[in-house]
Amino acid sequence: MSALARPSIIGDALETAGAWLLALVWALPILYAFWTAFHPGEFATRFSLLAPWTLENFANAWNAAPFARYFLNTVVLVTMILAGQLVLCTLAAYAFARFTFVGHNVAFALVLVQLMIMPDVLIVENYRTMRLLGVLDTTLAMALPYMASAFGIFLLRQTFKTVPRELDEAARVEGCGPLQTLWKVYVPLAKPVYIAFGLVSVSYHWNNFLWPLIVTNSVSTRPLTVGLAVFSGSDQGIDWSIITAATFLSVAPLLVAFLLFQRQFVQSFMQAGIK
Amino acid sequence: MRSKGWGVLIAGPRAGARVTRSARNMAHLYGWLLLLPAAALLALFTHYPALGTIYHSFYSTPRANRPSVYVGLDNYQSMVEDPVFWQAVTNNLIFCIGTIPASIALALLMAVWVNGKIRGRGLLRTAFFTPTILPMIAVANIWMFFYTPDYGLIDQIRGLFGLPGFNWLGTRNTALWCLIVVTVWKEAGFFMIFYLAALQQIPPDLSEAAAIEGSSRWYFFRRVTFPLLMPTTLFVLVNAVINSFRMVDHVVVMTRGGPDNATSLLLFHIYEVGFKFWDVGYAAALTVVLLAVLALVALGQFFALDRRIHYR
Repeated sequence: MSALARPSIIGDALETAGAWLLALVWALPILYAFWTAFHPGEFATRFSLLAPWTLENFANAWNAAPFARYFLNTVVLVTMILAGQLVLCTLAAYAFARFTFVGHNVAFALVLVQLMIMPDVLIVENYRTMRLLGVLDTTLAMALPYMASAFGIFLLRQTFKTVPRELDEAARVEGCGPLQTLWKVYVPLAKPVYIAFGLVSVSYHWNNFLWPLIVTNSVSTRPLTVGLAVFSGSDQGIDWSIITAATFLSVAPLLVAFLLFQRQFVQSFMQAGIK
Repeated sequence: MRSKGWGVLIAGPRAGARVTRSARNMAHLYGWLLLLPAAALLALFTHYPALGTIYHSFYSTPRANRPSVYVGLDNYQSMVEDPVFWQAVTNNLIFCIGTIPASIALALLMAVWVNGKIRGRGLLRTAFFTPTILPMIAVANIWMFFYTPDYGLIDQIRGLFGLPGFNWLGTRNTALWCLIVVTVWKEAGFFMIFYLAALQQIPPDLSEAAAIEGSSRWYFFRRVTFPLLMPTTLFVLVNAVINSFRMVDHVVVMTRGGPDNATSLLLFHIYEVGFKFWDVGYAAALTVVLLAVLALVALGQFFALDRRIHYR
């Protein structure tokens, strides 16, 4: 940027001010809710800089609903989905990247269908299937529709295609079979993509709501999002301080991880988006 | 022997002359075996339900002592006569018009700012992006608190100017717009990331050349940057459209479709019909409409897709 491109200092200052104003508007809801969560209930509706700080809302929320259990459920769910996705998508991506098998083009097009028609919209039929399989109200039922991720297959296929064939051939000369080559050559080279995909997948499924709401029906399976909705939706008299505390409780691991590894998160989402 | 067989084949065209029939068969076998687990789950939870939806939309809902029977277009007939369906479709269109252009424009603005040499851009990026990683449920909770009549943040600010409290989520004219605001707030930062990635791919010599030519930044943006970002805009647009038909978490938490169906979106209506009234036959017919919309989006993307973008 040379001086020629910027006609006025005032213009620049206005732009900076505009950017900051928008950022403030964007940050304000979270900051205010955060403030509310750490102050006694009577200040939720009456902002005062002098209000005393407290952790009581968090304690009350934690005791009012089985959040520990919900946490466990979400962690198990997210882990199960990610593990399934990593295995299934790796194998499928490898097939598409390096094998010319009969019908591979049609198969690939059929995989890509899921980018448009996500399991999120097929709730009625998938519920029917889960009932037939007898897995309603289980973590498996929440996880199954998302395990074969078209997005993951596509992302990994693009990555595997960039692996030089020489490396592949070298592994073959060493006597590696297809799976060994995949494990020793392709997977290590795709590590950044795996991290990116993992972050995107974990944040998506940590936050997913509608399908878990439909297939779960008990405390022992409900993930955090559904638990939080049940908690704030129950007619126990609305106490905003406790609800905001519960909200931050539920998102804390993801939010803290994001704020600590922000660059990694942003890079991951970028990488996943460029394709 | 075995490993040699598949190896020759994956070595690609250069080794083409050496490809034997048995090696080719091995590649078919390996390809399908590797694909099989993912293909099975995709077929079971994406392809089968998509087709099953169409099939079941021609059948009545099974009841206690009345099994499901073929009813032809009856479900579609009820749909056409269902005012809530039309309301949900209208709401969804308003929702699209309200959220998509606004979030794309804001995302572009944010990306240009964060990509530039603005002071404190790290903080700006955090502020813009943080809503994206929060679950919609959390976001809905936070905003419900703001929309609370009299006590919420918005009415408190209005109170400073002597304005009376207002039931934002409980009034037909404002409820849907409340959801639109929440959605734009949550989505803009997400789309910003894609624009940011694209902006970083534009070579800096372009803007330097333009600066030497003396063109204004706005002119440069309009004539160079924006056209270069077109593929990203298309990608973001498709995602935004899909999202507006896929995401109803905020409706479930904030308004439950009310007041008087003023905030019912298509997928929320499906959810209500399918899981509140357990009318699965009708819910299937409604889902067919949703699938048709998504298929249209896919076709639109296919035809609008820049020829230069191709899958290698």
